[in-house]
Amino acid sequence: MTAALAVRGATKRFGAVLALDGVDLEVQHGEVVAVLGDNGAGKSTLIKCISGVHRLDSGTIEIDGQPANITSPAAAQAHGIETVYQDLALFDNLGPSANFFAGREQSGPAWLPRPLRVMRRRSMADATVDVLERLQVSLPDRAAAVGLMSGGQRQVIAVARAAAFASKVVILDEPTAALGLRESRRVLDLILRLRAEGHAVIVISHAMDHVTEVADRAIVMRRGRAVGEEVPSPESQRRIVALIVGTAAEPADSTNTNRTTSPGPPV
Amino acid sequence: MTNLASNLASVGGQAVPTGSHDAAPEAAPIASLTSPDPSDDQQRRNYRLLRLALGVIRLGPVLILAGLIIAMTLLSPVFLTTGNAGNLLSQTAAIAVLAIGQLLVILTRGIDLSVGSTLALASVLGAMAYAHGSSGWVVILVMIATGAAVGFVNGAVYVWGRLPHPFIITLATLSIARGLALQFSGGRPKRGVPGIVRTLGNSSFHWVPYSAFLVLGIGLVVAAVLSRVVWGRWIYATGGNPEAARRTGIPVKSVLISVYVMCGVLAGVAAIITSGRLNAGSPTSGNLAELDSIAAVIIGGASFLGGRGTVANALVGALMISVIRNGMNLLNVGAFLQPIVIGVVIVLAVESDVVRAKLEDRFRVLQAALS
Repeated sequence: MTAALAVRGATKRFGAVLALDGVDLEVQHGEVVAVLGDNGAGKSTLIKCISGVHRLDSGTIEIDGQPANITSPAAAQAHGIETVYQDLALFDNLGPSANFFAGREQSGPAWLPRPLRVMRRRSMADATVDVLERLQVSLPDRAAAVGLMSGGQRQVIAVARAAAFASKVVILDEPTAALGLRESRRVLDLILRLRAEGHAVIVISHAMDHVTEVADRAIVMRRGRAVGEEVPSPESQRRIVALIVGTAAEPADSTNTNRTTSPGPPV
Repeated sequence: MTNLASNLASVGGQAVPTGSHDAAPEAAPIASLTSPDPSDDQQRRNYRLLRLALGVIRLGPVLILAGLIIAMTLLSPVFLTTGNAGNLLSQTAAIAVLAIGQLLVILTRGIDLSVGSTLALASVLGAMAYAHGSSGWVVILVMIATGAAVGFVNGAVYVWGRLPHPFIITLATLSIARGLALQFSGGRPKRGVPGIVRTLGNSSFHWVPYSAFLVLGIGLVVAAVLSRVVWGRWIYATGGNPEAARRTGIPVKSVLISVYVMCGVLAGVAAIITSGRLNAGSPTSGNLAELDSIAAVIIGGASFLGGRGTVANALVGALMISVIRNGMNLLNVGAFLQPIVIGVVIVLAVESDVVRAKLEDRFRVLQAALS
């Protein structure tokens, strides 16, 4: 089976700092992969390289087996990759539909320069409602400015926007970080629905419980390298944490399937 | 002025609050899930109250304008006569056009201090073109092109000069355009403008001045563009979240330059109205008009933080300023009191914007709890 997204040998250097050091990552369609690691481990750099914010110094990115030259956020979007950053990049003064279509408004007639075209507001509103209904997102008022919505609703809108335009890969950076219990629940449900729709989903998160719940695999990064991979479960949580912080696993765990490639010194 | 302006500038630089601290009420909904909590009813009542309060604040400027008009009608028998109403509309026209231009700029979190001086420069150059034998349409074109040119300088230096805020560059062009107007005119009004300009600035259809129709026409076009055309959406997006706009591929720099050009163009239109009224191109026209236009936008209920506001806000604000001035004249209240009253209204308007932001925060929290 061809991976929806395959990153091989990703390397990125910022001056003297080696932020990514030969990282490999594969995500299948209909799979949720969590990328874990302490602050500065290289998670953010990795997803920024995939979403076109940074360019890899070396290494390749393949989409459905085809090499993809991702040089800008627009190029990433053209390859079907959408990213939800922690700041959500929502327009608080605009409604859900305007947020969905910001920068890619449906408009006409085509012979006019794009800024002068008349928007197809009805069609955009309908398309937005379709996506929200498909993903079972309920909002109290579908026309209200998103600035009036709760943190969870805003997160859900940002994720739904990404899902609506991503044909291959959705990347979520800390999707539950600022949310309460119930609101996190909704976002996690939404991630599971994205998976069911066949999206390849990459989730960066510190919330181990949430990772355990939605992720099929967890890749652990430390100091710019992928240092291990686990199937998240209540049993593997301790091993994952050990990988993240770089301490050797406890003796009782040392014989298990822990695929540590480079234990590294304790941090 | 400096005080107001620097104050405004610092407000303009603030980020729009995001809903990142919404986790606070998480305990309440969980409790209400497990048992029918009596506080749930209370919360619903608060929610409805908040929604009402937000609606009142949104409608506030219109209500205040209506109140002013009713009060003036009761206090002065002259106020609602066609003569005074026509006079009032004609006095409002130039401010209203400037305010529509200012609105476009303020929607993008900017400010244009140069519009008053631009108006003067445009009317002087227009009158000079007429003195050299240009026809009415050419004079109009000269005035509008002058405005567009100053606007382009504002936008281009702001964006390509990577200035942190448009305050300084438009302060510079405020000075430069006024200086040019004085230089070209020798400091004296240039008498005589074409008939079409006089008609637009100084004639009426029955008692309604033509300039009022011009304002209405411009207002309708700009309102339609803001709500229906892609460029209008980009203006709101740029003001709402510039960083996100950049990331979604909106050409933020072009949008910014274009709003300053449009603001300049509308200053040129205001020059047509003003020089038509005076039958002259005067280098002292539009003195402090930049502050009137900013005040109109803010009083009318648009947000100084950018991204919120409509043409209706700008027009209501412009009318409110005119009604206050006109009414105080009719009531023989000292002329020195007028700027004081307008200043107080500005403070109230900005304060109500702040209160709105606070109420919206509470609204968000309650909504999270109730959803």
